[in-house]
Amino acid sequence: MWKYTLRRVLATVPALLAVITICYLMLHATPGGPFDTERKVSAAVLANLQAKYHLELPLWQQYLYYLNSLLHGDLGASFRYADWSVNDLVAKALPVSLTIGGLSMLIAVALGVSLGIWAALRQNSAADYLLMLLGSVGSAVPSFVLGPVLVMVFAIWLPWLPSGGWSDHEVRFWVLPIALLTLINLSTVGRVMRGSLIEVMSSNFIRTARAKGLPMRIVVLRHAIRPALLPVVSVLGPLAISSITSAVVTETLFSIPGLGKLIVNGASNRDYTLVLGLVILVTLVAVLLNLLVDLAYAYLDPKIRY
Amino acid sequence: MPTLIPKSATESAEPAQRSPWLDARIRFVRNRAALASLLILVCIVFACVLGPLLLPYSYEDTDWNQMGIAPTLTGWHLFGTDELGRDLLVRTLVGGRISLTVGLLATLVSVSLGVAWGAVAGFVGGRVDALMMRIVDILYAIPYLLIAIMMVTILGRDFYLVVLTISAFSWMDMARVVRGQTLSIRSKEYVEAARAIGVPTWRIIFSHVVPNLLGIVVIYTSITVPGVILTESVLSFLGLGVQEPMTSWGVLIHDGANVMASSPWMIWFPGAALTITLYCANFIGDGMRDALDPKER
Amino acid sequence: MTTPSPQAPVLQVKDLQVQFATNDGPVFAVNGVSFDLARGQTLGIVGESGSGKSQTALAMMGLLARQGQASGQVLYQGQNLLTLAPDALNTLRGAHIAMVFQDPMTALNPYLTVERQMTEVLQWHKGLDRKAARQRALAMLDAVKIPDAAGRISRYPHEFSGGMRQRVMLAMSLLCEPEILLADEPTTALDVTVQAQILALLRELQRDLGTAVVLITHDLGVVAGVCDQVLVMYGGRVMEQGSVEHIFARAAHPYTRGLLQAIPRMDGEASSLRAIPGTPPLMAQLPSGCPFVPRCALADAQCSQEVPVLQAIAASQAADEPFVAHRACHRTEAQVLHHEVLEAGHG
Repeated sequence: MWKYTLRRVLATVPALLAVITICYLMLHATPGGPFDTERKVSAAVLANLQAKYHLELPLWQQYLYYLNSLLHGDLGASFRYADWSVNDLVAKALPVSLTIGGLSMLIAVALGVSLGIWAALRQNSAADYLLMLLGSVGSAVPSFVLGPVLVMVFAIWLPWLPSGGWSDHEVRFWVLPIALLTLINLSTVGRVMRGSLIEVMSSNFIRTARAKGLPMRIVVLRHAIRPALLPVVSVLGPLAISSITSAVVTETLFSIPGLGKLIVNGASNRDYTLVLGLVILVTLVAVLLNLLVDLAYAYLDPKIRY
Repeated sequence: MPTLIPKSATESAEPAQRSPWLDARIRFVRNRAALASLLILVCIVFACVLGPLLLPYSYEDTDWNQMGIAPTLTGWHLFGTDELGRDLLVRTLVGGRISLTVGLLATLVSVSLGVAWGAVAGFVGGRVDALMMRIVDILYAIPYLLIAIMMVTILGRDFYLVVLTISAFSWMDMARVVRGQTLSIRSKEYVEAARAIGVPTWRIIFSHVVPNLLGIVVIYTSITVPGVILTESVLSFLGLGVQEPMTSWGVLIHDGANVMASSPWMIWFPGAALTITLYCANFIGDGMRDALDPKER
Repeated sequence: MTTPSPQAPVLQVKDLQVQFATNDGPVFAVNGVSFDLARGQTLGIVGESGSGKSQTALAMMGLLARQGQASGQVLYQGQNLLTLAPDALNTLRGAHIAMVFQDPMTALNPYLTVERQMTEVLQWHKGLDRKAARQRALAMLDAVKIPDAAGRISRYPHEFSGGMRQRVMLAMSLLCEPEILLADEPTTALDVTVQAQILALLRELQRDLGTAVVLITHDLGVVAGVCDQVLVMYGGRVMEQGSVEHIFARAAHPYTRGLLQAIPRMDGEASSLRAIPGTPPLMAQLPSGCPFVPRCALADAQCSQEVPVLQAIAASQAADEPFVAHRACHRTEAQVLHHEVLEAGHG
């Protein structure tokens, strides 16, 4: 098991390196970018940049210095805000994004799995069709259309919740953004769970379990669940990645000061180094999540034992 | 004593043979959702292409008398106007042109790239295949939006760059699927048999590989389209897509979201247009898959 | 339709029909199958693919696919299994009536250990605790001759070979000592030598436990080795039924005779193999009349119109032990046998 883990960890390195290198080189190629020493910037910012990025050295040395600082967890300095380092900005935004993202993923998985199982066992019934319809809404309707619908219903027509903004302690600001993200992820998890369980229930070994006279609840919960969960686990990886997109949209929509908003603002402000740092950070997180998913999958499936 | 020898002893009763394409078309037509979606989509395309030509306003014209009004028949502002007096119906249709055009172009680029990549990988095999698929895996692990943001930040928001950015992250599914299919076709018995009796390679490619690839390419193209349209809309919504004065559904939705409380129609119409288009594209994609996939679900 | 045993049959199947609803219309997989199963007896059901033999067994166990519908009667201890409530059926399944399937690799759950899959049967049906159940399971694994049972029991199915998996399946099915065992082509997926071992094992266990076995197979060789009674199915119907000696020596149905002739002989002259011309019928488009008509050299107009009824033919070897075989054919025994003699002459 450990050799497998190690191998998977090593496999993620090329992806990260590829992203870092491409972004770094793109940045260097940009006229008016942070590495263009012709550009007129304020002395304070220039001093920051010189110190951080060693602009006087040849390119490949700059690159190595950059990698080195990355390994030490230093994401660089903001291009626009002379006093702020990227790390500082991230430290403020990260907890917010983690709260929303983490909570919504947890709820989505828990609800998605339960509803998926429930629907699968009542295949083609009215309840099943209804759930599938709702599920397709969450998948097919874009997040930035669904969000306003939620706001319309719960913040404008029924003035129960605020239509935007954030507070660390007032939970009512958390409800709609988490609801939006949860709905989106829930539909994917639910549909995959349902489809997978339906397929597993038609396997030969389920037939054997039934032939042994076991009641349905044991057949489902002991025999069918583990293989049925495998596709769900493997979809969690891509789901985590796509929820990055949903999170960015959500934060923009509800004006939430998380990483998503930070990166969008950075892009509009052309804060190159901020965007670079954030891209690398989020890619790292995404890659790690994928790795976790792979390991969970290998753990669940006894046939994969390296 | 009866000694009839039945004629049908050596002939088996088989249902009439149908070509797989005809079969697929029948199955597609039988799928009502897909058929309806196709019709609706065609109507939308027509509306976006021809509509603006028929309406009295252009998407930039300001109607000084009716600014920020709800949908009304006076002055033919069927979708209302925004706070600058621009007619929303025209803007929605023009926005549709952009969204659909970007969708089409990005689909073309990513399908071409995906098919080429997958076919080469599958056909050549070996180390080349492994390397090419590694690259695909790496790209899969990267959240596209971030790179898209990066590219837009650095390179600006030129129309063709937007298309390129979108295509850059939409071709991997196609590549994987084409590669898998090519591999399986290459090792099928009928290809081996063809080689064994001396059919030249190009002939094999044309009569066996390409027709079998066609089905899966069509399916995945129809699946790519909604994804690409959605990607463009997300980018536009975040302010990272096409630039003013061009507009697209994503931009309109963004603008509409800002004035939702006072003028909800500003978001409903473009939102509905986008959602309906995506739904239709999804149903068509499902219909294609059910029609062309031999494993009938 | 009973054997000379004075006891009541342990299972009675009366006019079993199985239908499947499909997009292209209903498929009639089983069309009126009836038989009795005596205690401790081995009944072989023979037929080609698609003859309905597997569906018969699945229907008896209530394991048909979703689109399947069974009608008729399957009587066990006075109850019709086809109309039992799910809970009541579950009490019987696994404990009184068990089933083993064709492919042991897919029939065992790859995600659970063998121990789990075996002990759960005992825990559920007999209320044993984990330890006691494990002991029983180990004893059963020994009985099916799995070497080092104690070491192997906590492994996963994919860590066993094909033959061993089938032994595990057998052991699992017999844990509660059921009165009836349905075996759906238990050796088809195995090598010939392993096949023989499994069949011998089956015979031995059956004798020890007194289990009645319904053995479904397409292989007459298997039937000859293991079965007491034989049922020949075609097109979802019973064509012929009788003791194994009767069927092999004096079968009088054109299909059965065709099957017997198709067996390659090691003795005698080697000539071309004699297959039954044609292919099995499409169960969605069953012709009226006898399903074997398209392939029968003796068919006539009556055969195409009327389904032949299963009739008893008295065939006694000894006066004091009369036994009854059954046959569904419009031609007489004499006609069928005579035709074969003619054919042999033309060779």
